[in-house]
Amino acid sequence: MNQGRIFAALLGATTLALVVIGTVWPVRSAVAYAGGQGLLRSSSTPEEAVRNLGNDIRDQAWGKAYASLVNKAQFTEPEFVHDLTGYYPSLRTYATLENFDVLPLHASADAAKIELKLHWSTVVGTFVSVRDLRVVRNGDRWEPEWPIVKEPMVPPQVIAVNYLRWDVIYRGPGDDWGAQDVESPHVRIVDMHPVERADGVVILGELLNEDVVPAYVSVTATLLSKNQSPIATEGSFDKISHLLLPKQVTPFLIKFPNVALSEVGSIRMTPQSALIAASADPVIEIDDEHLNPAPGASLTGQLINQSGQVVNIAHVLGTFYDKTGQVVWVADEYIDRALLPQTPAPFEIYIPEDLARSVSSQRTVIATYSVGGSQ
Amino acid sequence: MRSRLAFLLSGLAVATLQLAFAEDLSMSLPKSVEAGNAFSIQSTGSGKAALYIIGPGQVLKRDVQLGETTLFPAGSVYNAGHYIAVLAGDSSTESDSFDVLPARKPGDLSFLARPSRLQVGLHDGITGAVYVFDVYHNLITGPTPVSFELSDPSGTVQKRIVATRNGAAWTAMDSTTQQGIDKFVARLGEISSTRIVDQVPGDPCGLKMTARQSGKGVRLATDPVRDCNGNAVPDGTIVTFTESYSNGQSTVDVPLKHGVAEIQMPDHKGATISVASGVVLGNQIRWDK
Repeated sequence: MNQGRIFAALLGATTLALVVIGTVWPVRSAVAYAGGQGLLRSSSTPEEAVRNLGNDIRDQAWGKAYASLVNKAQFTEPEFVHDLTGYYPSLRTYATLENFDVLPLHASADAAKIELKLHWSTVVGTFVSVRDLRVVRNGDRWEPEWPIVKEPMVPPQVIAVNYLRWDVIYRGPGDDWGAQDVESPHVRIVDMHPVERADGVVILGELLNEDVVPAYVSVTATLLSKNQSPIATEGSFDKISHLLLPKQVTPFLIKFPNVALSEVGSIRMTPQSALIAASADPVIEIDDEHLNPAPGASLTGQLINQSGQVVNIAHVLGTFYDKTGQVVWVADEYIDRALLPQTPAPFEIYIPEDLARSVSSQRTVIATYSVGGSQ
Repeated sequence: MRSRLAFLLSGLAVATLQLAFAEDLSMSLPKSVEAGNAFSIQSTGSGKAALYIIGPGQVLKRDVQLGETTLFPAGSVYNAGHYIAVLAGDSSTESDSFDVLPARKPGDLSFLARPSRLQVGLHDGITGAVYVFDVYHNLITGPTPVSFELSDPSGTVQKRIVATRNGAAWTAMDSTTQQGIDKFVARLGEISSTRIVDQVPGDPCGLKMTARQSGKGVRLATDPVRDCNGNAVPDGTIVTFTESYSNGQSTVDVPLKHGVAEIQMPDHKGATISVASGVVLGNQIRWDK
């Protein structure tokens, strides 16, 4: 009995001690979650000033971040917030800053230049944005200047859109059992090519909607061993443009991690398609596409939204071919900002260094998503 | 010991008497009955009994006077199949079986036509299958001639008459060269069932574009896009314009609107501009203006 009381008293005392320690010396993440400040908010060096700004951005403490800027007279706090989160709903709006890197570029007694690399986390992966900040000394403190990028304003205008849209009526419960339902769109895999990579087998290919109606498509592949037993089944997930208008072609990429091509006897491909209500707009022009050689091989270009509708999220898919026209790689990038009408937005898709030399041509397709739209 | 022997003997005597006075039950059944038709069962014997008719999804019970005819009016048994009749008297039971056949007159047909949408000009592209039923929805397995008619918007009709085998008849027909909504009708006497088949244009054929200077860009427009049978390719079909120049490329997927695809692209002197739709390539233009 006595031992139990001693044990209970010991537990109580330990809990109390931990509460006191946590309150007096909280960890940084706990402070952030509690909405408080870090205990070290010194801005006695340019790096510290930029690091504090990065912390405020990560904590979404916009007021504090804005207040720490030396050039805040040049823009308002909402403009600063929109510069980081997007003026229109976009991938940025739903992104959180995972971490950031601070890299001094140049420093003098009164001014310094610091690179702030922001690593954003989104539902479709991470993206990085880089800003070069000028930091100036103000007494014993350093204060960063924010290089604001204001969203280009589209002049008020009316853009005539010949709106084209498909809707679907499926069979109803009162229909005769023999009555046929609307036919699923006819799609066809026009190219398929397995590739062995360091991390496993990758299946590359292209899918064509050969029908006259829009299709929601996806592709799954099953690797079969030499004795025809299944090894694994995987889908294309987001490495495909899921909405295909009539006669449109999308690339697809399916990854099978930790599988060697030598184990594979055959591959069973299953393209799936379903009717979907869709719109033929917006039309996105892909301009100024360049294949940049290794090192840092990439496909760069810019997207121009030809319609009058804001495109909130654009997904760029690049298909890379060798000299014989065979697909050698498929890569993609999400544009983190909304595409405004007639306003170019740059993109850059990286190509694996070992494949870059064999790339001879490319084809790019865009999948778009608009808030409140069907795409 | 003596009382046990007496009990055994009296038991044997009762059993012997029961056998001696047992009713002599029997019934005569039709070999087969057409679904929905009236029929009767004649029983023999004396006394009362219960007559059970047990079939697929159906059980009937009649109290009968043995030796009389039990009449089952029209519509009493309607599910085709094998039936068992059980005549249960007070002390004995008699059973026999008969078949209920589908009615000879068709009452309904189920028509499956596939696909509901297909390209023009496909040989045997449209299939139709018919199952013939009587009014009670029994499959009529005897041969029955079914007429299939496929008519296109121009009034051209393809007609086939096919006899059912084991209750089903099927046919395949060609899609015509003209796009539009076809009516596919299966007919059996006065009964008919209609399905709609949407014949859609095929791949673009002879895809051709023209280019002209328009402000700072080049305006590209296709001629009205048609398939190889002259049908207009539907709006929304994607046409891809690609402009290749010395150090880069521009691409745009444009949906057909009012039968043509039109877009403004950057002006690069010496560029090669090509057009394609799906797997069909169109003409190429070298832009030197």
